[in-house]
Amino acid sequence: MERILKILEDNARLPLEDIAAMADKTPQEVAAAIDEYAKAGVIKGYKTLIDWDKTDETRVRAIIELKVSPKKDRGFDEIASTIALFPEVDSVMLMSGGYDLGLIMTGSSFQEIALFVALRLSPLDDVLSTATHFVLRTYKRDGVVYADENKDERGYNFL
Amino acid sequence: MDYSKILAGKAKQIKPSGIRKFFDLAGTMEGCISLGVGEPDFKTPWMVRDAGIKSLERGKTWYTSNAGLAEMRREAANYLARRFDLHYDPETEMLVTVGGSEAIDLALRAVLEPGDEVIIPEPCYVSYAPLTQLVGGVAVPLPLKAENGFRLTAQELRDKITPRTKIVVLPFPCNPTGAVMRERHLAEIAKVLQDTDILVLTDEIYAELTYGTRRHVSIASMPGMKERTVYINGFSKAYAMTGWRLGYVCAPQPLMQVMTKIHQYAIMCAPTTSQYAGIVALRDGDEAIEGMRDEYDMRRKYLTSNLNRMGLTCFEPEGAFYVFPSIQKSGLSSEEFCEKLLMSKKVAVVPGTAFGASGEGFVRISYSYSVAHLSEALNRIEEFLKELSHE
Ligand SMILES: Cc1ncc(COP(=O)(O)O)c(C=O)c1O
Repeated sequence: MERILKILEDNARLPLEDIAAMADKTPQEVAAAIDEYAKAGVIKGYKTLIDWDKTDETRVRAIIELKVSPKKDRGFDEIASTIALFPEVDSVMLMSGGYDLGLIMTGSSFQEIALFVALRLSPLDDVLSTATHFVLRTYKRDGVVYADENKDERGYNFL
Repeated sequence: MDYSKILAGKAKQIKPSGIRKFFDLAGTMEGCISLGVGEPDFKTPWMVRDAGIKSLERGKTWYTSNAGLAEMRREAANYLARRFDLHYDPETEMLVTVGGSEAIDLALRAVLEPGDEVIIPEPCYVSYAPLTQLVGGVAVPLPLKAENGFRLTAQELRDKITPRTKIVVLPFPCNPTGAVMRERHLAEIAKVLQDTDILVLTDEIYAELTYGTRRHVSIASMPGMKERTVYINGFSKAYAMTGWRLGYVCAPQPLMQVMTKIHQYAIMCAPTTSQYAGIVALRDGDEAIEGMRDEYDMRRKYLTSNLNRMGLTCFEPEGAFYVFPSIQKSGLSSEEFCEKLLMSKKVAVVPGTAFGASGEGFVRISYSYSVAHLSEALNRIEEFLKELSHE
């Protein structure tokens, strides 16, 4: 069963028939398994990997470190779920080490992100401090190399 | 200078590969999608690369002994016993070579006299025949049949044996067909050879890449066969180590002594850095092989199911990383098919005839490519077939 997940993780757009062939299942079985995974929350969704740097649209990403004061009974969960509600925020993670929450967010300009941090995040009661790191260039993301073309360097030695 | 007088007759007689030009063209074509190459797309597992790097850091840059590092041979012996139930003495029955390629050459050079015959089941890898001819041997092609799944049968073998037969090449798992000889098929072949002085040259470079639940079986592990077998294996395919140029050959001591002698004068020793990396591959590489095989297996199923759907029927390849579909439906010869496909859709596959006359009617498609790459190529092939049927 894990095989279906592995296939989808690499190629979410493969037709059911192909996934079925690769996993030794019928297309119906694959469809049912995918439904199960979705219901169980194992499959969280499907996205497209886009290198926005290669388009005319400007997208800015930033990693934001937050120090927060945990609540007595709910720890970091409450503030983390509050922050997770902002649509601008892509990821929220509880971290070990020098800070508490790590956020990844996307905006259309540096300024937009800076304003979001200043006006929306910093004023939250439990947020003690923030540090914003802008992404200047993405070399690899989610297992896919962005920076240089993945050139096949194998010689044309066909035999 | 008249070079034609200088060049050796035997070397000149070797047929140049007729499709070389075609490959060169594919190589320079903008936007060409290749399904041609015969080497893994994976990188050598990191721990193996690291072992090579570490050996360089420590300055291990000398020749090794002619037969190869003792530790490398010991690990190879352990590996062969663990994976294939083969038992060779690392001191006297094993030699580390520059890829399987050198091992093939050594075996042929060590035993062939002018006029000796080498039975070569085709379609198969391309080096056996020219290397046979270089030492004055006679390459006797044995055309394998699609209806037998491109396996060698006892009867086919018997029919080709003459008093001059010295070697039978067993090229399984097979490049280009993906055919595998299972234990019962090998037992039949062993029966034919048991009371003869014919040697088996078994090229098991794809041994680790067999699919399904049954493990690869070597003819050398069958009763009475070790003494008449030259066993060849290498790192290129199983560990994705083509560029390291590393392989090994196992054989009975009297043969090994002569092969080692030739190796000593022609090569000195296999690359030292590669041998240090090879030790780690053999010792700790089983898991890495498993991961790659699993990936190949998925691609294999992906390709065969799509090719069959398009009407390019292929029998299920059980080994290596090639499928060998029939293109008869297209009404074209193998070479025409490949040329048209390249010219009209910029997809490069290899005509079956590159691997012997009996490859006519087939093409070789390699799946040492990502699924995304295969998918794009399949789309183009499907368009090509549609256009052909409307012509
Ligand atoms: C069947 C077979 N044998 C031997 C070789 C040579 O391999 P190497 O010299 O890299 O070990 C190849 C390479 O393509 C092959 O396909």
